[in-house]
Amino acid sequence: MNAFTQWFQERAPGMGVAYKKHMTEYYAPKNFNFMYYFGSLALLVLVNQIVTGIFLTMFYTPTAAGAFDSVRYIMRDVDWGWLVRYMHEVGASMFFIVIYLHMFRGLMYGSYKKPRELVWSMGMLIFLALMAEAFMGYVLPWGNMSYWGAKVITNLFSAVPWIGGELVTWLLGTFPYPGAVPGSPTLNRFFALHVVAVPLVLLLLVVLHIGALHEVGSNNPDGVDVKHGPKGNRWSRNAPMDGIPFHPYYTVKDLVGVGVFLTICAIIIFFAPSVGGFFLEPDNLNRANPFVTPATIKPVWYFSPFYAILRAIPDKGIGVLALAASIIALFAVPWLDRGKVKSIRYRGLGYKIALAVFAVAFILLGSIGADLMPIWLGYLYGSNAEAIVSTNLLIARILMIVYFAFFVFLWAYTFFGWEKTKPVPERVTTHA
Amino acid sequence: MHDKISRASMRAFSAVLIALAMALVMSPSALAEEGSYPDANVNVHDQASLQRGARLFMNYCVGCHSLKYMRYSQLAKGLGLTEKQVMGNLDFTGAKFGASIVSAMPEDDANNWFGKVPPDLSLVVGARGADWVSAYLKSFYLDPSTSSGWNNTVFPNVAMPFPLWQLQGEQVAVMNPAGNGEPASVKELKLSHPGSMTPAQYDQAVRDLTAFLAYVSKPDELVRSHIGAWVVLYLAIFTLVALVLKREYWKDVH
Repeated sequence: MNAFTQWFQERAPGMGVAYKKHMTEYYAPKNFNFMYYFGSLALLVLVNQIVTGIFLTMFYTPTAAGAFDSVRYIMRDVDWGWLVRYMHEVGASMFFIVIYLHMFRGLMYGSYKKPRELVWSMGMLIFLALMAEAFMGYVLPWGNMSYWGAKVITNLFSAVPWIGGELVTWLLGTFPYPGAVPGSPTLNRFFALHVVAVPLVLLLLVVLHIGALHEVGSNNPDGVDVKHGPKGNRWSRNAPMDGIPFHPYYTVKDLVGVGVFLTICAIIIFFAPSVGGFFLEPDNLNRANPFVTPATIKPVWYFSPFYAILRAIPDKGIGVLALAASIIALFAVPWLDRGKVKSIRYRGLGYKIALAVFAVAFILLGSIGADLMPIWLGYLYGSNAEAIVSTNLLIARILMIVYFAFFVFLWAYTFFGWEKTKPVPERVTTHA
Repeated sequence: MHDKISRASMRAFSAVLIALAMALVMSPSALAEEGSYPDANVNVHDQASLQRGARLFMNYCVGCHSLKYMRYSQLAKGLGLTEKQVMGNLDFTGAKFGASIVSAMPEDDANNWFGKVPPDLSLVVGARGADWVSAYLKSFYLDPSTSSGWNNTVFPNVAMPFPLWQLQGEQVAVMNPAGNGEPASVKELKLSHPGSMTPAQYDQAVRDLTAFLAYVSKPDELVRSHIGAWVVLYLAIFTLVALVLKREYWKDVH
């Protein structure tokens, strides 16, 4: 074994260097808390999606005639097919839960701020690619909600000036717009994009995201840069004093997170894989049918906050614009926030309140996009459908304004120096 | 001091967020489009109930409705029956043991008789819910205005005649009169001619049939929970070991 290692080292000296740089000699701050589990968990889910996805492609048929039946075949006739598919389906939803928490962590502790702007940007590109990946994956089972979801979402592109119609035709690959509807060619290209193109992009972006992070080092709940603190620890004289080697310290700590996370996933997969219709929608057990529109067309839960923003505006063009803006605004956060203090622990009260309100607005927008708000309003208004619809729309619009107001506030609050921050300590204060 | 307060409020805020998210998931599903129906009260883990439901299905339903995603051999496994029992008591179409459960009715005839091909019922409980199926089977009533002579309050003007009428008997509708710009509507259903079953027996028959269809919709459900308990146990032990390992490694981090 030792002879082999040496043989290998001589021929690939870079491997050992890379391993040290990213694992044993990557010094992460020692004070990571609960919020710092989600990066490694996202990586775990990504691996799960790729591995289970590979097995699903072995039995799936990407044609309009065969797709729906092949998913039933996977669920019933393929040995352990149901388990692999549930892992893939629950994995998709868990991916978004983990990513949303990961992003929220970034907002809490200012992980997007100098010098980590690129880390945030790469992360946002991952989020974008993930949304495309999830959308196309959702179409593949070719249930009725897949079909109508594909139709509604692709038709949003018709709002693009000049080339909108051609764009929809090009995306769906069936008939010229407005006759363009999802069909076998759509399913074929979505399959190709879902299993080859977007995963390749995702993997590349993940490498860049982690690469960009390891270049500048990890932030932490105190938002102080351990690289600028005192030097020298047990492992190296040049390493930051408050840093510990990623491996074995954080690998073994993340293993605990993995255990808890997988336990939660297993409970969902084995006892409630459709989560009351949130992860798997009942309407998708009806085969795609161009002649039967589902009572309500709505995306899976993880798109619902953005879907609520889209629907809050009666004009399609402006609605699409607002939808795009709601995501672009997140890209811009590192440049909107001029504040020097990173962590919420030492930021002004205004930021704490704004972030809390933003998070609540995001979740409530989700409840509107998922059509839950009308049910709650039903307790208030009884069967007065008109009042429910108008109040629902009003709340959606208020929440949308709150969503965008967060970004405006973030800029104004820090640009005009209204923020009263607390003194930031020289070194990290605690460790978890 | 100040720090402690802010961290406590942070924790309280996190709790509020989590509670809010949980409320979203727990609240009555928006997805039961067809409205709400009484609880079907089915138990797919009750094998005797599934067996009775299968017998009802094979006697009254499979003449028109297929379960094309289900095989007789799978049925045997799920219902705890032998090949001989299934082939002798449940397979009336002469299909092979490994074949899927397909109605013998030709599509052309179905179109002539009912105006449409009766839907495959493999996924009906998954798509519409057990409560809907159960309510539907109890809501047929005599209506001379339809071509079959039957109507249904859960699925108005359904093309399907009521195949279980000998069991439940005949129901008639008590109507709300038309008025205030609203058309006449069904107020309630009354049993006019009793069938071979008492209402309680019929309720149980519907429960069995619905349980059977629920099982056919998601055959994995029978296996899932058994394996799931062991998987969760394994992962719980794994987490515990990981926690001990982490404590051991982190002893020297101060």
